This record gives sequence, C-alpha cells and structure tokens, in this order.
Amino acid sequence: MGLEAYVAVSAGLFALGIIAIIVRRNVLYVLMGIEMILNAANINFVAFSHFQGDSLDGRMFAIFTIILAAAEAAVALAIVLNVFHLYDSIKPSDADLLRE
Amino acid sequence: MEFNPEVDFPLLMAVLAIPVTAFILQIAFGKKLPRQGDWLPTTGMFGVMCITVYLAFKAITAAYHTGGDGEEHAALDFLWSSPDAGFQFKWLFDSAKDAGPLNVVAGILYDPLGAVMLAVVGIVCFCVHLFSMGYMAGDRRYHIFFANISLFSFAMLGLVLSDNILFLFIFWEIMGLMSYQLIGHFSQDPSVPFFHKWATWASKKAFLTTRIGDCLLFVGLFIFYRNFNLAWEASATLQQAMPDFQPLLFTDMWEMGRLIVAQNGGEFPAWMTLGGLCAFGGTIGKSAQFPLHIWLPDAMAGPTPVSAMIHAATMVAAGVFLLGRMYPLMSPEVLNVVTVIGAITALFAATIGMVVYDLKAVLAYSTISQLGFMVTAVGLGGLTAGMFHMVTHAFFKACLFLSAGSVIHGCHHVQDMRLMGGVRKYMPITFVCMLVCTLAIAGVPFFSGFYSKDMIILAGWAGVLDPAHGGWIPAFALASLAIAAMMTAFYMFRLIFMTFFGEYRGNQKQHMYTEQIALEGLEGPPLHGHDDDHGDDHGHDDHSDADHHGHDDHGGTPHESPWPIVVAISILAFLGMFGGHFWLADPGHLIHPTHSEPWFTKLATPESMYGPEVGAWATTKISEGIHNHDSDLAHSSHAYAVGLSLTVASLGILLAWFLYVRRRDLPNVIATKLGPIYTLVRRRYFIDEIATACFIKPTMQLCTVFKTIDERIIDGFVLLNGAIHHKLAFFWTWIDKTVVDGLVNFVGLLSQAFGAAFRLLQTGRIQQYAAFAVGGGLLVAAWLILS
Amino acid sequence: MENSSKIFYAALAVLVLGAHGAGLASAGAEGLAFGLFASLTLGGALVCIWERSVVRSAFSLMATFIGIAGLFLLLTADFLAMAQILIYVGGILALILFGVMLTPPDMEERKLPRVLSGLVLIGGGFAWVGMQVADSAHFATRAADASLEGVNNAKRIGVGFLAADQYVVAFELAAVVLTVALVAAVYIARRRRVDLEPAAAGELTGYDASNGGDA
Repeated sequence: MGLEAYVAVSAGLFALGIIAIIVRRNVLYVLMGIEMILNAANINFVAFSHFQGDSLDGRMFAIFTIILAAAEAAVALAIVLNVFHLYDSIKPSDADLLRE
Repeated sequence: MEFNPEVDFPLLMAVLAIPVTAFILQIAFGKKLPRQGDWLPTTGMFGVMCITVYLAFKAITAAYHTGGDGEEHAALDFLWSSPDAGFQFKWLFDSAKDAGPLNVVAGILYDPLGAVMLAVVGIVCFCVHLFSMGYMAGDRRYHIFFANISLFSFAMLGLVLSDNILFLFIFWEIMGLMSYQLIGHFSQDPSVPFFHKWATWASKKAFLTTRIGDCLLFVGLFIFYRNFNLAWEASATLQQAMPDFQPLLFTDMWEMGRLIVAQNGGEFPAWMTLGGLCAFGGTIGKSAQFPLHIWLPDAMAGPTPVSAMIHAATMVAAGVFLLGRMYPLMSPEVLNVVTVIGAITALFAATIGMVVYDLKAVLAYSTISQLGFMVTAVGLGGLTAGMFHMVTHAFFKACLFLSAGSVIHGCHHVQDMRLMGGVRKYMPITFVCMLVCTLAIAGVPFFSGFYSKDMIILAGWAGVLDPAHGGWIPAFALASLAIAAMMTAFYMFRLIFMTFFGEYRGNQKQHMYTEQIALEGLEGPPLHGHDDDHGDDHGHDDHSDADHHGHDDHGGTPHESPWPIVVAISILAFLGMFGGHFWLADPGHLIHPTHSEPWFTKLATPESMYGPEVGAWATTKISEGIHNHDSDLAHSSHAYAVGLSLTVASLGILLAWFLYVRRRDLPNVIATKLGPIYTLVRRRYFIDEIATACFIKPTMQLCTVFKTIDERIIDGFVLLNGAIHHKLAFFWTWIDKTVVDGLVNFVGLLSQAFGAAFRLLQTGRIQQYAAFAVGGGLLVAAWLILS
Repeated sequence: MENSSKIFYAALAVLVLGAHGAGLASAGAEGLAFGLFASLTLGGALVCIWERSVVRSAFSLMATFIGIAGLFLLLTADFLAMAQILIYVGGILALILFGVMLTPPDMEERKLPRVLSGLVLIGGGFAWVGMQVADSAHFATRAADASLEGVNNAKRIGVGFLAADQYVVAFELAAVVLTVALVAAVYIARRRRVDLEPAAAGELTGYDASNGGDA
C-alpha cells in the first residue's frame, strides 16, 4: 500500500477525532477525540518516515507524541475530575464561565 | 598672599553654590529637619563668610604689600576676570563667530571692590542669619524665612561676582523677588495683626517701585548692548583693537567705552549719556534714591533681620555697586544728574529722619540719606569714597538695625521711641553696640563712618575748589551733604537719647502708640490708602494692634536678647567701630592713624577696579583733589573736609543732647512753631500722596476709562458678534442634529448591531468554539484550494 | 438494540468488508492486512462516536488503538506498535475508564441528529478537502530501505535515545515533562477539603461574590 492510503486513514481518524470533540456532550469524549487526533498525527509521522527512507526522525516524533499524550491524558483526567467537582457535571457546555 | 586663580576661583564658585544649595535643601526638607533647619543656611553662610573674609584679607594684604606708601597702582594686578582661569561658561554661544551679537559668555569678575563687597555681604548675611535664629524663633514660616534669606544672600553674592551686566541684571531681579517675599513675610500671618496687611501692601509697593528702576536699567542695558555692537561692527579700528568683543562683559564694556570716547574726540556720544541715565535709573530704584525712595521706609514691615539685610548689604547696596560697575561708562552729564539726585536724597531723607518716631523708620530714612551720600560721592567723582561709605555703612547700619531689632524684641515688639527710654539699663550690650554704630554713622573720628564720610565731603570740597569742575552742582552737593551730615548726627543721637536714656515709658503709656498710629497713620500704611484691600484696614489698626499687645505678656520690663542676637550685633559693632581704618596687615597705620589713608583707598582705586587703562581714563573725570594727593588742591580740600565734617558732627550731637536730654519740652515747642513745615516733613513731604495723586490715581482713572471703553465698545462688538453667531447657531444646530447626529447615531447603531450579532457567538461553550475553529480552518482550506 | 444502531452497524460491516475487499484487490495480502487495520482504526473511531455508552465508546477506542498499532507494524515500526499497545491500550485507555468510573453515567446525552449532522458536515468537509489535496499533492516516496526491516528498529531507537548526538536531551526533557505532568495531575485531582463544602465551592467559581451579593 502506498503512502496515500496511510495519509487517507490518518485524515479520516483526524476528522473523526474532531467530530468526537465537537458533537459529543461529555468531557470524556473530548479526551478520546484528542487521543484520536494525536494518533492520526502519529500515523502520518510514521508513514512519512517509512516512505521517506532511512530516517528515525518520524518515529522519534511519534514516540514523543505518545509520551506527551500520556502526560496530557493524566492532566486532562485530573481536570475532568476537578470540573466535575465544581459543576457537578461533565458536560463541556456547562462549563461556560468564559461567557460571563 | 597672592591671588591664586586655580584655588580661589573654585572658592568663589563655592561662595555662590553654598547659599543656593542651602536654599534648595531648606525649601525641600527644611520643615522636617531639627530646629526647622535654621542651622543649615546659617552654617552655610558661616562658610561663605569665612571664604569671603579670607579672600578679602588676601586682597587687602596684597594691596598693602605690593605698593609703597601712597602708590596708587598698588593693587593693579588684582583685577581678575574668570576667562583667565577658564572659569567662564558660554551661553547661547555660536562658536562660528566668537563675537557674534547673540553670544553670551558669563563668568566671574573678581576685583578689589568685589572682594570687599563679598566680605561685607558674607559677614552681614551671616550675622543676619545668626540674629534670625534668635529673633524669628516661633515664627509661623520659620523655615521658609531661612530659605528666603539664603537665596537673598545668594543673589547679592552672585550680583557682585557677575562679570557681565546681563547676569548682574538676573541676580538683581532675583534680589527684587526675594525682597518682595521677605518684606511680605508677615503677610497673611494672623499672629502679627499690625503687620500682616501692611506687609502685603509694603511688599507690593517695594516690588513695583523698584520695578520702575529695573525697567530703566534693562533699557539702559539694551542701549549699551546695541550701540556697542553697532560701533564695533562699523569701525575696523575697534575690531582690530578688540577682536573678540563681548558687548555684555564689564571689562569689554569699559574698554570699548574708552575707545569709543577716544574715537569721538574725548566726548561721550549721546547714546552713552542716555544709557548711563537709564542705568542710573536702576540705582534710583534699587538704592531708594529720590523720587523712588518711597518703598524703603515701608520695607520695615518685614521682619527686622530682613530690614538689616536690605538696608545694609544686599538690596540697596546693589544699586550703589551698580554705579561702581558702570562708572567708566557714565558721561559727565550723567554724573551731574547722579550728584544732584544723591544730594537731594541725602538732604531730604535726613529731614524726615529727624521727625519720625518709629525706631526703624528713623533708621530707614537714615539709610536713604546715607545712600544719597554714596551716590553723590560717585557723582562728584569720589568713586572710592562712595564705595567705601557703602562698605562702612553696611557694617554699622546692619548693626543699628539688628540692635533696633534687639530693642524691639526686648521691648515686646514696640517700635515707637516715645514708648521707650532708659532701655540701656536693661539691655547694656545692645546699648553699647548701638552707641558705637551711632557714633560711626554720625561721623565721630576713629569710628568707621568718619573716614568714609570725610572722603565724601572731601570729594565735595575738591569739586568746589577745582576750577575745571566748578559750577553750582558741587557747591549744592557740598552744602546738602554738610547739612545732611549734621542732621544725621542729630537724628541718630535723638534716637539714642529717646530710646536708651531717661525713664522707661513702655509700661504706663502703652496705648499711646497704637492711638498715635491710628491717628496719624504715619508709620504704617498711610490713611489715604488707595489700595482697596487695605482702605478699610487702617481704621481698625488700633483694634488689631491692641489685640496684638493683648497677646504679649506686657507686664515685664525690657530684657536683654538671647545669645544669637547679642553675638551678631557684637560682631557688627566691632566692624562698625574699626571697619574704617583698622587693618592688621599694616600695624603702622594704627599708630599714626591720621597720617595715612584708610585701607579701602589703597585697595579700591579706579585703576585696580577697572584695570590700568580704563582706570586712568576714568580718573580724568575725577577732580584733581581726590585724584592727586600731592597737589595744593588736595591739601586744602583735605583740611576743609576734615574741619567741616568734625564741625557738623559735633553740632548735630550737641543739638540732640540739648533737645532730648537737657530741654525735653523744646522739641514739641519747635514743632508747633514750625507748624506747616513740620507737618510737611512729618508727612514725608507728601511724596506718597504725590505719587498717589500723580501716578497711581491717574493710572486708576485711565484704567477706569479703559474699563468703560472695554465695557461699552469692545463688549458691544463682542455682543454683536455673539448675537450674529447666536442666530447662525440655529442653522448649525439643525445641521448638527440631523446630519451629524444622524451619522453618529448610525455608526453607533451599526456597531450595536454587529455587537449583538457577535454576542451570539460568544457562548462560552468550548465545543462551539472548537467547531468555529474547525469550520474556519475548513473555510481557509477551501479558499486556498478554490482560489 | 434500537433501529438506528442496527442500521449503523450493518452499514459499518458493509464498509469494513468493502475495505477488506478493496485492500485485497489492490495489493494482495499486504492490502488485506492494511484493509483490516484501517477498518479497525476508522471503524473503532466511528463506533466510539456513535455509541451512547461511554464504556462502549472507550472499548471501541481500544479497537482504534490496536488498529493503529497494526498500521505501525505494516510501516515496519514494530517498537512503536508495541509502545502504542502498551501506552494507549494499557495506560491511557485505563485512565479514561477510570474517568468513566469516577463520573456518573449519562445515557441520554447523545442526540442522533447532532452526531449525524456532525458526521455529515465535518466529515464531508474533511473528505472534500482531503480529496482536493490528494488530487494536487504529490508525495515523493522512496522505496523502504531493506536494512530497516523490523529487527533492528527497537535497538536503533534505544541508541537514538541515549546517543549524545541524537535525542538524549529531548529524551530527558520528556522524562521531566512526564514527571511534572504526573505530579500536576495528582495535585489538580487532589480532593481538597474546601471542595466538600458547598459555599466554598461557590467561592471557587466566583458566583457568590458577584451574583450572590446582588440577590
């Protein structure tokens, strides 16, 4: 399979991640959407790295992305718990203090 | 000891820097410092005194040691102007052409006259500072007062040190401002009810009166400046003689004046006469010469130390000092005017001095009279004599004023001599000091005033005897001076006898003073007060004054003053006694005092003051009798002068003793006999009234006329204009309301609508924002793709 | 199971089968594997979006991650594939499940029109943009280097991490970031005593200060 196929899968995953962030009314879906987006990026990194020849850079990028995603997941979950404590809800639409 | 420019010019700069620094510190922090910071300017002034006395000592020693006996050129190498030492800064300077008309250089001019004057100012100002620590204690604006006298001293020191007439004028004006501040020190101070409105009035009067003189001086300055420039530009000879001519520098002015007169065949050009007259106008204002003397008696509304300062070292001395600086530029005609004005002033102020009862008023009129002596001396060519008298007068008049302040302080702020008497028992030190200085001012031999006054009389005699000089002017001057000298002795001893001898009258007759003041309105703001602010005030003087005295503890007898006052007057009395002849550098003169000249004549000759060439040229205006001590004229003048001054002094003293100790009933009898003449003198020749009638009233009437014109005609135009615009305004209102407001409202509505629309987007929902972001990204992508 | 879900899963199954077929038809066995992993990835993501239950969504996300790991295998990144499964499936997904456990279930939160319109709009937009880009973009690809195949990959990455001239600084920084993030997560999620009191909670949100005062 060529590079285009991987890029297409990556693009599809990215779009689905965006949809998860935007349409679902639960903070946890936002987290999942973010993971999807990061993974879509990872697929791109690795695919380009693979098809570009003898270079580790893409894979290294992917590894760091995974590391940061792990950190992000931990912090995000903590934030979700905090938001739940404050608003008694995990709907992102309820956390609308920014409007005031 | 030689003058050493490398060391001594920085010292002179320090003389200027210390008081102004003290002023700034005192203004900024004075109130927070311990004792309200009075020690700060006083210590600074002590330093100034030390420096100036040291430098003057140097100067006098040099004068004695470099010259032989009677050698006029003794201190020739003593004229120092700061360019020699590099102490000159350039102001508005265009270096492209060194002598450009707008180039101003400023620096220090240090000559024998300046050296002595600096020492005088330093000593007197220090004594005044010291005195004020005792006298002004408890004053409401104590720290401001010290700041002000510090700046006042700075202005005078700067004026003496200025090497160009522009800076002299600047310092002159600072001094005018500070005199205004200080005379008005008590204004709006409710704790001194008698003074506080008088002070306001007197400070305004002093400022505005001297302002007339200042304007004249400024005009004179410009006359000299412009014509010197024109002359220099027109004449190649002058350009060759003085390639870098600075028309404002004194040294260049003198030299240029000499060259121009030489070019003009020994005649002064008309513009120099005019400029000299205008410059003398400055002296008339500042040195309280007739007819602008009216401010000086009222200046005693200020605190006594200020009076001492104004009368002795700073304000009035500046005018005489200016005469000294401008002397080479004054044509014989100008000098004649100077003589006449001075003689009139000396005589008529002395007559007033004989009849006033206020202690300080007597001293004030005596100052005017003595200033008349100095000015007359300069006019007669006795330049050295005039300047010498200024120096000695500074000492003894400062002492007299401070002693008077001490008496007033001791007598619970009573100033009327009729309420004093017998004070010598209570205030012995003050009495001794005052007596010494009275002897000095009266012209008793071996006291300082004798030597200087003798020299002035000598100048008069020399003028009369000199066939070259001749005319009625020297004769008139001599007669006036002789009579005035006699009157001086008389009124000063009248003061002594009334104040210090007899019984103390303060306790039983305390209300007489206030009633007299209220009745006569003589020592104080005049009853006819044209000044609306004060017109209603004089009627209440008795109330306010009674209040004032009610607050004082009045039961006590006079008492000696605190130590700062005593120390200050003792220093000055010492100088007032010995200042004329005493000089340690030349002990031989102590042994044979009558056969030698006073130190000042050795030091400050025209040659040493103006440099050899200009000095010699200036001497040509002087009578041979003063100039050349070996001539017959000089010998006869000397004999006559000493005889005359001794005679008038003893006559005056005897008369005073007779009238005020022996026959105390006589003065009133004489006053009644003289009737209208007494009233005329008692009311100060009605000069205040004349000034009011001739100048102030017409000015006021003119103002009324202008006011009417303003109200009727100009206001009419303005109103017409207004009416037109009023009508036009309706049209403009319509346009404004429909078009402009419409536009503005439209813009407002538009932004409101946009705001409302965008407000809908502002939901605070993160997902919505994310959706917008994604949508925006897609739109951008679509645009990039499609375009 | 409701009707819409039946339709959805049926359509999904058809799509997955289509993907397998297309993969097998275009590149043989490798194509079949790619079709499998790609459909696992995208199908898992679709189910994740579609499902009402957060737990099911999370498990369908596991399918996505496994699919991505497979794709990495196909791209000869075997170390990455293992790391993907370890970290995502073992770590992150476990974290999300913890989040699911700690928050109340909300079965009614999904609105079908919302999901469908999102799918149509955003998915359509992306698909359109992607197709346009794919038309104009030309990726210069080289044949994969045979020496890179599989075996040495993990070792090369380990050497790259620790070699002074390659990624050691980034590696150490990543370690620091992880530590800081974990400590921060613990700090943020810490249940503070004030949180238990309603008034204090109000204070934290700022409602009491602004609105309570007016009322």
